[in-house]
Amino acid sequence: MHPAPSVILFTTLSGLGFGLLFFLGLGYPGSTGWVAFVFFALAYLLAVGGLMASTFHLGHPERALKAFTQWRSSWLSREAWCAVGALVVMGLVGLGRVFFDTHWMALGMIGAVLSVATVLTTSMIYTQLKTVPRWNTPITPMLFLSYSAAGGALLAGQIDWARILLCIVAALQLAWWIAGERALERSGTSLATATGLGPIGTPRAFEPPHTGSNYLTREMVFVVARSHAKLLRLVAVLFAFAIPLVILTMTFNHTLAGVAVISHIAGVLISRWLFFAEAEHVVGLYYGQR
Amino acid sequence: MTLLPEKTDRKLGLVIDLDTCVGCHACVISCKGWNTENYGAPLSDQDPYGADPTGTFLNRVHSYEVQPEEGAAQLIHFPKSCLHCEDAPCVTVCPTGASYKRAEDGIVLVNEADCIGCGLCAWACPYGAREMDSAEKVMKKCTLCVDRIYNENLPEEDREPACVRTCPAGARHFGDFADPSSNVSKLTAERGGMDLMPEQGTKPVNKYLPPRPKDTLEMKVSGAPPLLTPIAEEPKGFLGWLDRTLGQIDGNKTGGR
Repeated sequence: MHPAPSVILFTTLSGLGFGLLFFLGLGYPGSTGWVAFVFFALAYLLAVGGLMASTFHLGHPERALKAFTQWRSSWLSREAWCAVGALVVMGLVGLGRVFFDTHWMALGMIGAVLSVATVLTTSMIYTQLKTVPRWNTPITPMLFLSYSAAGGALLAGQIDWARILLCIVAALQLAWWIAGERALERSGTSLATATGLGPIGTPRAFEPPHTGSNYLTREMVFVVARSHAKLLRLVAVLFAFAIPLVILTMTFNHTLAGVAVISHIAGVLISRWLFFAEAEHVVGLYYGQR
Repeated sequence: MTLLPEKTDRKLGLVIDLDTCVGCHACVISCKGWNTENYGAPLSDQDPYGADPTGTFLNRVHSYEVQPEEGAAQLIHFPKSCLHCEDAPCVTVCPTGASYKRAEDGIVLVNEADCIGCGLCAWACPYGAREMDSAEKVMKKCTLCVDRIYNENLPEEDREPACVRTCPAGARHFGDFADPSSNVSKLTAERGGMDLMPEQGTKPVNKYLPPRPKDTLEMKVSGAPPLLTPIAEEPKGFLGWLDRTLGQIDGNKTGGR
């Protein structure tokens, strides 16, 4: 799949933002006043910034409100509802924390659940696609949720949680990469089933329909060199998990915490680029690509 | 509405005969011609006469080489357009309700006024049947020429999809798969019509007829064509007389060369 910067930014930033909102909703940290304002402002910048980035890849962003209508069948529509719900509820929670010096616990819990639901629905947009076998696994939502929670814990300054969660994401990320290696083969889809010509022999793409590119090849046929992917995975693990975990074992100060957060975000961005770039869409088979 | 209908009254679709398709791409051109002037936004081209031309098409013809276990490879031309799936994954993912499957005839369509151009339906389609138009920024797909098949302003023989009407080889057939006595149902039953990517669970309506087995000739394929068997060892008649006479003149028994 084409690794579109808008979608990489969206999933990374809004994942972090809703992760932070999750912890704020549960009352960690339970700070109020200006400190709470800074935490909430950061969460909203990330979450809303990510959602804004996601509209950049729309052909007609002016019709985006129509995306709220099909929640009964569409994960993208459900995501829209959950995101707005989480932002509204957590806005009220933030109001109480910043101006009234109180944490409305019940409202905070609802906001936390909606924040998790937003990340879950985002991940389901990718997970539901049978056409992209690498994404079509239960590990995908687990991966998105744990990334969001780990990033949220890091941003919320919940060091103990961050340590545990970073280890969990690292394990899930490795599991996801390993499972992804043979996902296309396991899906059973090949050029033989795509053309139905398997019973008479081994098909090979001989002539494409045209000499140039088209929407399908630009959007869904993106081939990343395996050697590059391996290297990038290593870099992602280093930035997203290794460096933050090492920093978390040191004595806390704000500069180091900032380095840990920035390193983690850089690592997640690389991992998310790979999430798209390495994913093979079965339509590539028709063009002789995997 | 992006929920799929429980069942459709009719199941309109195409049968594509891989045995007869000659790979001329006439269906590609007639499709582009009709659909750029009629239903919905035109099918735009970008840089059509430049170095990197690209454009929106609803029907494209691939060509595949198939190598059997033994014998010569075969070249199969493979037209591909929307299969109007019964379990269309492109419809259910649509967040706006722009994509829908009609309950009356099963045609999968896009309401372009509702399309936000998110591209998720194209991701959900395993067949590459949907393409986002670069100029209009809305999703385009085969409409089964919904503006021809019911169009009473057209002569009756033209009330079928443009690709079917134009195919010079008769490789494309249009009809109702819900009716077991229709031409397409009969063809599918007789020729073993098949689904593309059945494992994707999309239940495509369109069927593909596999190439028929080729004739097998008694001959050794070793590069050179087999030698013809002589029908007479010794020339007879006038040629025989000529051969003998000339042979006597220059002394060669079997005639000159």
